[in-house]
Amino acid sequence: MFSKGTKRKFSDGGEEISEETLVGARMASSYSLQRQSLLDMSLIKLQLCHMLVEPNLCRSVLIANTVRQIQEEMTHDGSWQVVTEAFCSAGQSPSERLVATEVLCRSREQDAEPKLFSVISYEGCREEEVVADETLCSVSVSDAVSNVCLAGSIGQCWEKSDVETDEEALKDSRLGGSGEDDEIDTDDEPSREGPKTIGQVFGTFEIKNSSPGPDSALEELFSDVDTSYYDLDTMLTGMQSAPKMGPYDLLDSLAPSHGSSSIVSAPNCRSDLNELDHIMEIIVGS
Amino acid sequence: MEEESDFRKINNSFLRDHNYATEADIISTVEFNSTGELLATGDKGGRVVVFQREQESKNQPHRRGEYNVYSTFQSHEPEFDYLKSLEIEEKINKIRWLPQQNAAYFLLSTNDKTVKLWKISERDKRPEGYNLKDEDGRIRDPGTITTLRVPVLQPMDLMVEATPRRVFSNAHTYHINSISVNSDYETFMSTDDLRINLWNLEITNRSFNIVDIKPTNMEELTEVITAAEFHPHQCNTFVYSSSKGSIRLCDMRASALCDNHSKFFEEPEDPSNRSFFSEIISSISDVKFSHSGRYLMTRDYLTVKVWDLNMESKPLETYQVHDYLRSKLCSLYENDCIFDKFECVWNGSDSVIMTGSYNNFFRMFDRNTKRDVTLEASRENSKPRAILKPRKVCVGGKRRKDEISVDSLDFSKKILHTAWHPYENIIAVAATNNLYIFQDKIN
Repeated sequence: MFSKGTKRKFSDGGEEISEETLVGARMASSYSLQRQSLLDMSLIKLQLCHMLVEPNLCRSVLIANTVRQIQEEMTHDGSWQVVTEAFCSAGQSPSERLVATEVLCRSREQDAEPKLFSVISYEGCREEEVVADETLCSVSVSDAVSNVCLAGSIGQCWEKSDVETDEEALKDSRLGGSGEDDEIDTDDEPSREGPKTIGQVFGTFEIKNSSPGPDSALEELFSDVDTSYYDLDTMLTGMQSAPKMGPYDLLDSLAPSHGSSSIVSAPNCRSDLNELDHIMEIIVGS
Repeated sequence: MEEESDFRKINNSFLRDHNYATEADIISTVEFNSTGELLATGDKGGRVVVFQREQESKNQPHRRGEYNVYSTFQSHEPEFDYLKSLEIEEKINKIRWLPQQNAAYFLLSTNDKTVKLWKISERDKRPEGYNLKDEDGRIRDPGTITTLRVPVLQPMDLMVEATPRRVFSNAHTYHINSISVNSDYETFMSTDDLRINLWNLEITNRSFNIVDIKPTNMEELTEVITAAEFHPHQCNTFVYSSSKGSIRLCDMRASALCDNHSKFFEEPEDPSNRSFFSEIISSISDVKFSHSGRYLMTRDYLTVKVWDLNMESKPLETYQVHDYLRSKLCSLYENDCIFDKFECVWNGSDSVIMTGSYNNFFRMFDRNTKRDVTLEASRENSKPRAILKPRKVCVGGKRRKDEISVDSLDFSKKILHTAWHPYENIIAVAATNNLYIFQDKIN
């Protein structure tokens, strides 16, 4: 249900900014396209860096600096707002968005530090944690819980990426878990068909759940990366000369950034295991 | 031997070339010792292979100066850090020879975390006639010992032994990228991404941190140390290079912790060449003092620069290594080649510099005549004792015969590590798992 809400928002956002985006797309020079693909590529690279316990620090720092540079420039010419609008709820002020990008950047930076939790290794931990919990709770409950947790954190990122504190993350997850979020209008759902249905989204989580251990997460990430990477390829080589973009194409091209939502979710993921237990308690209790 | 040697006459005198090509065999460092008599290579499998130059022989003058395997040993083994739950690769990142002080040779080798001091010595005699054990080393039955003998040294076949003498460990959180022996011959430094440590060669349980650029908050990290080296004559002076393209010269007399540099070498960025890759391509992959100690050479992704120690504002000379790649930076970023760490070396008289490129090409620049040459280290195109032909990469549309177009360069064949004999025109070039040794043509 969370993913549905997200989808709805997503298409909504597309409609709201469609005019703006079209104008933007018309004006989009090959430069901004290149810049976007470079950003996407860098985010993917950083994401791959996170899979290593001890990534090449020099490389990670250089890539992170590149991302920061692109973000800075995009913030200056306003295109970063277009990007963030796709993610952010309408009520957010620009300053909040700026904070959001900062968070994006910061979480990446942290991950350049090999000693901190990297996203991926943390994901591995989280999955192990879920599996461990299965031994404690009944299987069905723990499945639901993990689904909610994952969907909660991801959906939240899709809505707004300004997750600043663990507490907030906790609160949001709680909201997601109890299904009290006003923004999710399940009645509206059937009329709006997102590119991904709940089944698909939950399907991926189920796969995630059924295959514990960092390897599967790794595989999945790679499968995620693959498509976007090839998109990047074609964009870098072939499509540069003739960019024709509709509003949805633009959003599609942002897909890799969406893919990096797991990075965005890093700060709230960093809430330690006790907090996760606490969430579970609440959910199982209700 | 002429100093202003014609590089086209460089003679391919020796190839160590077998048909193995496993990952472990990829050469990761090459280094001549201070006399040039020995040449050491380290590989990804943690092995060190030492080559020795053959003595000149009247019967086979063409074999003069050939290098043959002298000793092979396993310097580092793969390890596992149980505290951090991570594997430590055995790959040899750097080798540095110590100046020879007796019949034995000493070298330092390092992987990501641990530096080791190795002694390489010859043995051609062995003691015989022990009282308590027999010739095979077994303890003799005390009842059979009736007389007292004096052990004697008997000649035997020459044996080269490599023994680990010191292990300098547990001082680096990040990956060691360089080691450098000080000119006082008593200390050396080891450098990782964020710190430089100073060691005494005799003391393994203690090191002094002389540079630390780790921010208290790692989120603010934007710069790392990429290489460091001691001055060849002034034991208090060293330099380190950074991923932002700058070089800092530090004086250890100024303070124990050299966080404040005494000189800062940096070239202002050319606004016309500005791109998102500017910082990445300006990241310095190697820094080397000239033998004289007057100059510094730095290698970044596209150029090699010579700096005068007395001029911090800009380099004295800038040489383009492969400028034709400037238009390909995006794909080089995509395939990660842009992060390749090319090294650079001086010739014996500091008049020529050499560095590697892609497609098994390496470049030499004559600082006096400003001539440069591109040569190729490959089995297909060079036979033993054949003369190397200069290669040319064609940039424009028209490709002449013997030229190779930028698009057909093989980016998997890269020459990252090279070495130059300390005073003769003999060079060693590591091309993946092959070591090529070239020398001036002998007339």
